[in-house]
Amino acid sequence: MIYDVLIIGAGCTGVMTARLLSTKKCSVAVVEAGCDVAMGATCANSAIIHAGYDAKPGTLKAKLNVQGNKLMKVLAKQLDVPLKECGSHVVGFSEEDMKHLRELYDRGVANGVPDMRIIGQEELRRMEPNISPDAVGSLWAPSAGITCPYGLTIAAADNAVTNGVHFYFNFKVIGASRAGDVYYISNGTDTIAARYIVNCAGVNSAHVAGLLGENDFPITIIPRRGEYIVLDKVCGKMANATLFVCPSERGKGILVSPTVDGNLLIGPNAYPIEEADDRSTTAPGLDEITTGAHLLMPNVNTRMAITSFAGVRATPNIYDFYLKNSEQLPNVVHAVGVESPGFASSPATAEYLVGLLSDAGLELEDRDDYIPTRRADGNHKQFHNMTEEEKAEICRTNPAYGRIVCRCETVTEGDIIDAIHGPIPATTIDMIKKRLRAGMGRCQGGFCSPRVADLIARETKKALDTVTKCGGGSWLVEKRKGEN
Amino acid sequence: MHKKLIVIGGGPAGLAAACAAVKRGLSPDDVLVLERDSEPGGILNQCIHAGFGLHRFGEELSGPEYAGRYVQMTREAGIPIMTNCMVLGLTNDRQVTFVSPELGYVTASADAVILAMGCRERTRGALNIPGTRPAGVYTAGCAQRYINIEGFMPGNRVVILGSGDIGLIMARRMTLEGAKVLTVCELMPYSGGLARNIVQCLDDFGIPLRLSHTVTEIHGKERVTGVTIAKVDEANGRRPIPGTEEYIECDTLLLSVGLIPENELTTGAGISLDRMTNGAAVNQFRETEADGIYACGNVLHVHDLVDFVSEEADIAGTHAAAKILGETEKTVKSLEVATGFGVRYTVPERIDITETAESVRVFFRVTDVYKKVQLVIETESGEVIVKKAKSAVAPGEMESLEIPADKIAALAASEDKKITVYLRELGGNGK
Repeated sequence: MIYDVLIIGAGCTGVMTARLLSTKKCSVAVVEAGCDVAMGATCANSAIIHAGYDAKPGTLKAKLNVQGNKLMKVLAKQLDVPLKECGSHVVGFSEEDMKHLRELYDRGVANGVPDMRIIGQEELRRMEPNISPDAVGSLWAPSAGITCPYGLTIAAADNAVTNGVHFYFNFKVIGASRAGDVYYISNGTDTIAARYIVNCAGVNSAHVAGLLGENDFPITIIPRRGEYIVLDKVCGKMANATLFVCPSERGKGILVSPTVDGNLLIGPNAYPIEEADDRSTTAPGLDEITTGAHLLMPNVNTRMAITSFAGVRATPNIYDFYLKNSEQLPNVVHAVGVESPGFASSPATAEYLVGLLSDAGLELEDRDDYIPTRRADGNHKQFHNMTEEEKAEICRTNPAYGRIVCRCETVTEGDIIDAIHGPIPATTIDMIKKRLRAGMGRCQGGFCSPRVADLIARETKKALDTVTKCGGGSWLVEKRKGEN
Repeated sequence: MHKKLIVIGGGPAGLAAACAAVKRGLSPDDVLVLERDSEPGGILNQCIHAGFGLHRFGEELSGPEYAGRYVQMTREAGIPIMTNCMVLGLTNDRQVTFVSPELGYVTASADAVILAMGCRERTRGALNIPGTRPAGVYTAGCAQRYINIEGFMPGNRVVILGSGDIGLIMARRMTLEGAKVLTVCELMPYSGGLARNIVQCLDDFGIPLRLSHTVTEIHGKERVTGVTIAKVDEANGRRPIPGTEEYIECDTLLLSVGLIPENELTTGAGISLDRMTNGAAVNQFRETEADGIYACGNVLHVHDLVDFVSEEADIAGTHAAAKILGETEKTVKSLEVATGFGVRYTVPERIDITETAESVRVFFRVTDVYKKVQLVIETESGEVIVKKAKSAVAPGEMESLEIPADKIAALAASEDKKITVYLRELGGNGK
């Protein structure tokens, strides 16, 4: 078949675009090099829906961030994904900082950020009792929020699949050809045909532009790695809002933030790296984050760490997002250099990209049979998000919900079976983890990962030694010696 | 639902506590054991090696055999064990909320609750080991489950970090199953495991133990391809010493870096924890600060031998039953059990002396390896009431001292508010 639109990359930008297109009368495919959606920067970032005062007025970043902030809240409600409007402080430590915060305030006003205020030391302390005594004030932006970026992206992808979007995983684009008005995108073994192409390939987006046939593509990506530490839920209430440090020579912008799941997140640093997929953490990096977090909150105790991770940003050699119709190739739209606030902007970026497709000639007519939820029969709430009554009821109707598999995060067998057979079948340990949080708690899967692997094997009718952590060569177990 | 006694956890602690409660006079129908797994027995079910029960049964049993004895005793006593039951919440006034496929979502009340949830393993994240996040990094217990329960091998070329008992046992187990265990690294200058396990699990198989070493980086994108290890500086907070790094090619890293009592339910009930044990603070009957809520086994403090878990569970079960039956004596005085030189923690943390003063055994762990010491309990007024000489002590082996009934009676009559457990170095080679 020839799709109307093929999207390269299933990060938040690609998925939000696919979801938006699925509300229209057109056929859509998404190809993704990884085995799941949200495998790159969407999976590893600060999980913040930025208010939008950072970007220079007039830039796409500024416009889409502020719009995306509003749209994200609507989307989270529609897909029943937890989102908390906790607000954010940019914390100042000197008069110099406060001057800078007033500039940020003015920028926010110009960008259309609502309800911001500059607040003094006393009020800041009242709002954030654990803040450093050296903090003298902050820029308070109540419209900032927190959510789970991959959770929301997965929900949007489920919604897209429910409305007919096709996802092709483990599909790493290596080349493209064109015959007439049809592009043929290849991974070396398979080819997918489409009339319009949207390049949302994240850190690889400039490279993909070249593969599509762009000569002298104007944008290059400098992958920049950021490391984070996640602290136990007992630390989750130390911060009420996301706390940024006022950018200065003192700090590189390590933030302290509650997460929507109740943990405390600290990080990131920012260093350019050679390989775009190098997501390793480093000892000096983790030390740097700890020191940075202590600037904002001296009593953050990294002995309460439950895990650390690193994400890679697709930093372009220009300040702004590069969202444009190709100048050389017809019917190709590029979303390149979408770094922070790429997630917060993504629902608005999707609208912008769909607009570019329309400019290129794609006819877009609303469907009257669009399903707004994750599945045709609703959003499938997870056991631990249910009310007492709902819990009692689902245990009665489906006993698998009475069997807890992940103790730390209260994930049931029913939840896991549901995810394994979901719109995008979750068939690896990490896919289950990202959807349900099984293995994301204190014991980090020590108890539940063998049981989750068992369920995947059982439900997909495969042997346990074929189950992987995250696809490819990430095997978990082998047969014992001498057994076949 | 109402029960006189609800025991949370059907491992060796929970089963022994339930049996002790019935032995003390509770009707088995008034007791309910809630077990989260599909079988009772707890983590012992995957510990198929021998070495359990030497103290308790005077013979060497495997984990499943030891658990089997208690399962049988519990069943013979007629005590119901509900499996696949996960307790989700506990309140200070003993309301227990649990779910199970058979019973659904249930809230039950009880006159007494015994916490016996056991412990979990510390993870890579808690150590913050830098590097990539590939498959092949397992806690030792997780790997043990894959081999002994699932019947699959979690890896072929293995480095083990941490020389706790599970790590040592798994070094042997992996070797017996045909894997190559390359080395066991231990951050401390001594092993955290039992001396007998060092000999039987490492020395007998020629597996090198590297003391004062840690893993400084994990390599590999999809599966572990290697780890970097380094010597640590004892004098500088055990930070890796630059220049001592060594790359070891392997596909698996097992972690045996400590156990943490699983006290989420305990803290959820508003019971405060002892910062050193990570378990509830208890009196000699293993009763927590919450009236009628007891704790025993690894949820209270991590034991090295299951035999001592059962012994502790006996105490908790017996007293919980006596309390339910209204047969306990009034407390005449509470004494704090304090830690002094060389002692990391004690259990119990307080002694509630009753009208008839009975002897009390105080369990404790030392802070470091010491040679030629005296274990001492001293009163506030400076009287040494118990002492015992030892040629060597180590944090990996639990110690205990018994305070005789007459000394307890004397304490009841005194002005003293606390007693202190400490080590006295007897000179010679010292530490």
